[in-house]
Amino acid sequence: MSSLNRRGFIKTSGALMGAMMAAGLISGYAFAADFPTAKVNTTGLAVTDTTVKVGILHSATGTMAISETGSIQAEKLAIEQINAMGGILGRKIEIIQEDGASDWPTFAEKAKKLLEKDKVASVMGCWTSASRKAALPVFEKDNGLLFYPTFYEGLEQSKNVFYTGQEATQQILAGLDWIAKEKKAKSFYLIGSDYIWPRTSMKIARKHIEQHLGGKVVGEEYIALGDTQFGSVINKIKLKKPDVIYAAVVGGSNVAWFKQLNAAGLNSSKQTMLTISVTEDEVLGIGGENLAGFYSAMKYFQSQDNAENKKFVEAFKKRWGKDAVIGDVTQAAYLGPWLYKAAVERAGSFDVDKVQAALPGYTLKEAPEGPVTVETNHHLTTKLRIGQWGKDGQAKVVYTSDYIKPDPFPKGYQ
Amino acid sequence: MFGYSMAEIGNIVVMQGFSGLSMFTVLLLMALGLAIIFGQMGVINMAHGEFMTIGAYTTVMLSKVAATYGFTNYYFIFAILIAFVLAFAVGYFIEFIMIRHLYKRPLDTLLATWGLSLVMQQIFRSSFGAKEVSAELPEWMLGSFNPTPDIDIPINGVFVMALAALVTFGVYAFMFKSRWGLRVRATVQNRTMAGAVGINTAKVDRITFALGCGIAGIAGAAFTTIASTGPTTGTLYIVDSFMVVVFGGAASIIGTIASAFGIAQAQSVLQFFMTSSMGKVTTLLAIVSILMVKPEGLFASKLRK
Repeated sequence: MSSLNRRGFIKTSGALMGAMMAAGLISGYAFAADFPTAKVNTTGLAVTDTTVKVGILHSATGTMAISETGSIQAEKLAIEQINAMGGILGRKIEIIQEDGASDWPTFAEKAKKLLEKDKVASVMGCWTSASRKAALPVFEKDNGLLFYPTFYEGLEQSKNVFYTGQEATQQILAGLDWIAKEKKAKSFYLIGSDYIWPRTSMKIARKHIEQHLGGKVVGEEYIALGDTQFGSVINKIKLKKPDVIYAAVVGGSNVAWFKQLNAAGLNSSKQTMLTISVTEDEVLGIGGENLAGFYSAMKYFQSQDNAENKKFVEAFKKRWGKDAVIGDVTQAAYLGPWLYKAAVERAGSFDVDKVQAALPGYTLKEAPEGPVTVETNHHLTTKLRIGQWGKDGQAKVVYTSDYIKPDPFPKGYQ
Repeated sequence: MFGYSMAEIGNIVVMQGFSGLSMFTVLLLMALGLAIIFGQMGVINMAHGEFMTIGAYTTVMLSKVAATYGFTNYYFIFAILIAFVLAFAVGYFIEFIMIRHLYKRPLDTLLATWGLSLVMQQIFRSSFGAKEVSAELPEWMLGSFNPTPDIDIPINGVFVMALAALVTFGVYAFMFKSRWGLRVRATVQNRTMAGAVGINTAKVDRITFALGCGIAGIAGAAFTTIASTGPTTGTLYIVDSFMVVVFGGAASIIGTIASAFGIAQAQSVLQFFMTSSMGKVTTLLAIVSILMVKPEGLFASKLRK
């Protein structure tokens, strides 16, 4: 019975395939036969005639699961879509998923397992800078390939990593320019969680405000990670009356910050705030009513009106449920597999060195956020968008910048 | 003075005073359940935060139900009651299957309850998703109350304050005015003797543990108004809870109150004059130094060992 079914299936699908090809529906369909494994894989990666292994390395458990789940979903969706189109060089992607468990040494250990034992051809993964820093030496030693999705503080560039999120200057400078011009802002209050990303970001923000915008920083404040009491900080802000609060508070503190700010009467009708740490994902926890009217600076918002994005949002919701939301990093994670596919096809090989060399200069036109270009420093040229949050938890894009080149080691800002 | 008018400074002093009191009640509500379990039974419950999370998720779930059936304005009262009942029930069950086997091994309890907290976190994650969620708050609980145009008193802060007062009074009445409380105190003072005069000490333990967990549930429900709800929300509270209980002196509820008050005021004032994280560090340093001189905490129990 089963063999009959299978044969039936093969017959039907074969016929379907033939029909589709005849109709020219599958364009650019690469056949594995045109790319013999011995030629496209000279370094012993897990590439066979029909499959290629790709690792996903994120935290599915522990504190960071809150943030990394969206990235995992986006990467899986992209890989499934690529497979449905016939895979990469005719080879279907086989996912090997490992759990970093929100523990940085675990990321290094799992990266080693993926590269040395599974011989994966590339890895989509890491989220926090701490996890990337932990895994980076492994990727460099084993000459692996990592696609890293998070917007981060910059000050890094490795030939083994492609950074699909924005580095700090891409996210900060244009946003500050906009708010200074649009809101005539002169005084700024900087507030962030107490670790490297907010501190580096605020350093860049302060330099830009003081040297380029002629503004004044009236307060700079760092909150211990996980702190949920903002009474005193809010009172200080009330006393200083800044034109703009510039915020990079993360995690559970982020939720407490917005809830208490609102309860203390500082809502968007009385206070302008621009944050670089709130995406659609965070809004679920904060609650749209606590955020309404405030601004976020991101490269992507779910509400973007272009055709590619509509297609992406629809596919994402179809795959992961109608209540799923897509934040900036989720979209950046979605780019990883597509960029990898493009790189391998440009290189005509899975060899890491060739793939690395092939990707810079490539423009991914179908990215949901709009076309992005990979630069030689392995970061992307992207636009910055300012979104104003509504009660429904979605942002309205009120400003889109020109293309901004990535500059992970900004001169004059360090 | 410092370029601010007297009126501005007056307003800030009032709001700062309130924020200190508000932090006090938050800490108190966090720590009360733990104080009962740790103080009365000597069990170090590392899963205390997760019992709070039970309360928080109960509130979120109920807020969804309330939104569907249109009783958003007063669901919070039910949320608190149900949170208490649920956390109490889970605590009762956990005591029965786990804690009671470990009473003579305090260090093992610590490990076991820590493991329990990890298990509970993963259960939350698997059943409610890894992402944070928020409870829709009733209209009357949003925003602030303005005695003058420049003073904002957060209504959710007032709510937590009232709830903390109510729960503290409830615990006091239970411990010192009820027969159950008498049995609990008798068991704490001399377990063998209490058993000999006919008190079912095993049952007393179970009720005490469950009560502590139930109060944690109430705290968790109340904190949805000021902070986040996610699988690991409990970890945000556990350190502060332990700090309050240990600093206050393990076996004394008065000590817990005094300790919560002291820590909250110190932290609130320091965070105003220093940066936020430095304020917290300084408070912790002060606590550590005081504990070095007075290892038994502010209010030592007068028990004979």
